[in-house]
Amino acid sequence: MSTQMVTANRLTDGMVVYLTKQGDWATQFSAGAVLAGEAEAEAAMADAAAAAKQQLIVGQYLIDVLVDGDGVKPTSTRERIRADRGPTIEVDAGSWTGRIGASPNGE
Amino acid sequence: MAILKHGALQPNEWQEVSDDAALPETGNVIVSLDRWRRDEASLRASNRAIGVRLQNTQSPLALASDIDRLSLVVLDFPKFSDGRAFSQARLLRDRLGFTGEIRATGNVLRDQYLFMTRCGIDAVELPEGTPIEGFLEALSEFSVWYQPAADDRTHAMALRRGGKQTGSASTVVNDSVAAMWAY
Amino acid sequence: MYRYDEFDATFVRERVQQFTGQVERRLAGEITEEQFRPLRLQNGVYLQLHAYMLRIAIPYGTLSSKQMRKLGFIARRYDRGFGHFTTRQNIQFNWPQLDEVPAILEHLAEVEMHAIQTSGNCIRNTTADQHSGVAKDEIEDPRVYAEIIRQWSTLHPEFAFLPRKFKIAVTGASNDRAAVRVHDIGLRMLKNEAGEIGFEVWVGGGLGRTPIIGTALKPFVEKQHLLSYLEAVLRVYNQLGRRDNLYKARIKILVNATGAEEFARLVEEEWQSIKDSALTLPLEEIERIRQYFALPEYESLPDWTPEFEAARKANPEFARWVQSNVKPHRQAGYAIVDISLKPEGGAPGDASADQMDIVADLADDYSFGEIRVSHHQNLVLPHVRQQDLFALWQRLSGAKLATSNIGFITDIIACPGLDYCNLANARAIPVAQRISRAFSDPKRLAEIGELRLNISGCINACGHHHVGNIGILGVDKHGEEFYQVTLGGSSRDDASIGKIVGPAFSTEDIAGAVETIVTTYLGARTSDSERFIDTYRRIGIDPFKEALYGNSQARRPAAE
Repeated sequence: MSTQMVTANRLTDGMVVYLTKQGDWATQFSAGAVLAGEAEAEAAMADAAAAAKQQLIVGQYLIDVLVDGDGVKPTSTRERIRADRGPTIEVDAGSWTGRIGASPNGE
Repeated sequence: MAILKHGALQPNEWQEVSDDAALPETGNVIVSLDRWRRDEASLRASNRAIGVRLQNTQSPLALASDIDRLSLVVLDFPKFSDGRAFSQARLLRDRLGFTGEIRATGNVLRDQYLFMTRCGIDAVELPEGTPIEGFLEALSEFSVWYQPAADDRTHAMALRRGGKQTGSASTVVNDSVAAMWAY
Repeated sequence: MYRYDEFDATFVRERVQQFTGQVERRLAGEITEEQFRPLRLQNGVYLQLHAYMLRIAIPYGTLSSKQMRKLGFIARRYDRGFGHFTTRQNIQFNWPQLDEVPAILEHLAEVEMHAIQTSGNCIRNTTADQHSGVAKDEIEDPRVYAEIIRQWSTLHPEFAFLPRKFKIAVTGASNDRAAVRVHDIGLRMLKNEAGEIGFEVWVGGGLGRTPIIGTALKPFVEKQHLLSYLEAVLRVYNQLGRRDNLYKARIKILVNATGAEEFARLVEEEWQSIKDSALTLPLEEIERIRQYFALPEYESLPDWTPEFEAARKANPEFARWVQSNVKPHRQAGYAIVDISLKPEGGAPGDASADQMDIVADLADDYSFGEIRVSHHQNLVLPHVRQQDLFALWQRLSGAKLATSNIGFITDIIACPGLDYCNLANARAIPVAQRISRAFSDPKRLAEIGELRLNISGCINACGHHHVGNIGILGVDKHGEEFYQVTLGGSSRDDASIGKIVGPAFSTEDIAGAVETIVTTYLGARTSDSERFIDTYRRIGIDPFKEALYGNSQARRPAAE
């Protein structure tokens, strides 16, 4: 059975978000609800469509995730990079030297 | 369908007639380019105003010799991102000197309305009940333009040469040159 | 440089207000994302992998120190402390919030900047030679015309919904530094037999899925007909360009499908009917714009004094930097300085807010407050006194801006790739970093000499890999990142598209593959003045194929 998750970008600030079991949107991949099978995935996408209509999120889609002994993680390189919430490289940004992963708001 | 023209909703005084339908007894009609070609003689002879609906794949230059007999050309935006009608309108106005009504139909965003009027489109067909305030607001979003188009709004080059700006162009240059290179 | 008059200032202000209204309507749900998308794109706002991305226009790559400081401010206040200079002389910020973009645009408007038409299916930033005005081989400063084109194309009502994006580049020198032959329209200034200066027009060049060198459309267009001719090309394209397939919608496809001759005829026909219209450029207008690009008040200085030579001899590092990063200037006693944004192990084209401030200060101190952005993702100080070069170099070194690698293999041009971009198949920056570290020895760099290496993270080729002497294209093979190598591209007057050398390399092997290519070149060149591209064109691709893949052939049982 396929295991998936719904992801999108938050409309106001563009942050990557994942649909949680509670039906809200978290920036942490680990908080995202794992959807088992087509029926769950469809229902979740319907919730996402509703959230889009309420101007909460934009560009929602399903991603494949792998569930194993180590936990849950995205299967594709792209989604792994996205879940990390920043580039995979060290960026020397002067006063922001170091791994860019946190927003100025401390998210 | 409501027609937004010259800042207000107008009644639609035209009837669209399909290629195979009979013409109504009286009244102004809009026909396709194909039908115009096919029935040109009888349409010309009829005592009514004629409009032609162009698909956005048809060149307005096809109407070059007929343009005097036409009172209306209808252009299409099948998707709002498909901007072919802007060029069709320009050709009708600038190349063919068409002075009748150019009407846009299809998928139209209020944010394109200003561009449309600049290209010579003077009427837009909107779904019944569409609020028009947005469209009218859109018309006043810009007071200045860089390039000439099919409308009569004065554009930058002409304005600057006419010296309607406060201070001449050379004053502007001298001040800014001094400001830039003073350090 | 161009300064806004009341007209320009009003325009930009109105544009900011318009977009502010559009953002408000989007956030309030009055327009859908589908309706909002073309509007935000035409204001430079993308939705990318991690966040929104804002692309700000730097018209023909010219910036004042004041504007650079504002970019630094925006990087700190609204972003994460850095920005990325692009292959089209623009700057990108990777973390703006949509609800703050109107505020950012207001800040930009204060310094005569904007993000108009940096995306969307419209005419984009017109790029020009980054050494415009000061290069020795210049016929005429192309920025005069780039500015004229900028104004004409800004919110052009007829061309806001083209089949696809449209990119114009202008060069005014005998050596094309603006890559005009791989643009939708390329304009090459030249003198005709009568001694008049005009434009040779190229059309339908481009990279991406179907890379192609442009076709010569018209050998000579007089200055006064520049805009009417461009309008004719755009009008033909707007009507006939394909709308059914996003990947076949550029003008290059249309020119190819129609045939160059027929396409030229269509444009000529349209042009004949509009050439004496209101689009005709009066000479006074050209001269009026030219005044904005007048050169600064240079001092009368001797060229390459003994004092300078002594300083060079005394400091080999400085000498190396002069050799690679300093170019001759048309004014005696002056020099053009290229600032490398490719430090060892760095992300190509990125600059921190601190570095932006430093460059602004240096521009004020040494370059009449003027900076340029090159499409190689570097910066330029165009008016530096030779006697200031040493002090400038010291200050650049302190800010990691003095890497002596302009035009060398570590002067890598790379797109942001899968680290940032929604369209990417693979990461580009880590590959650039690895290669940059592998070739960091400055002596080795100088030994290898001129070598353009370009990396794109996907077939859209924003890294211009097709015109790299060595091009690297990131691809996705069964969910893994792989890298395909092309050789022999060039973006200059001898423009050519690179040829694929063989099967793609894994992430682990790509840097080694580049090493092998370089070693092969060094072994085959006739002298150390034969550049990589010249050796390649002389010996062909086979020696490189052999060197890269030949090992696997050796493993086959010996049949001969």
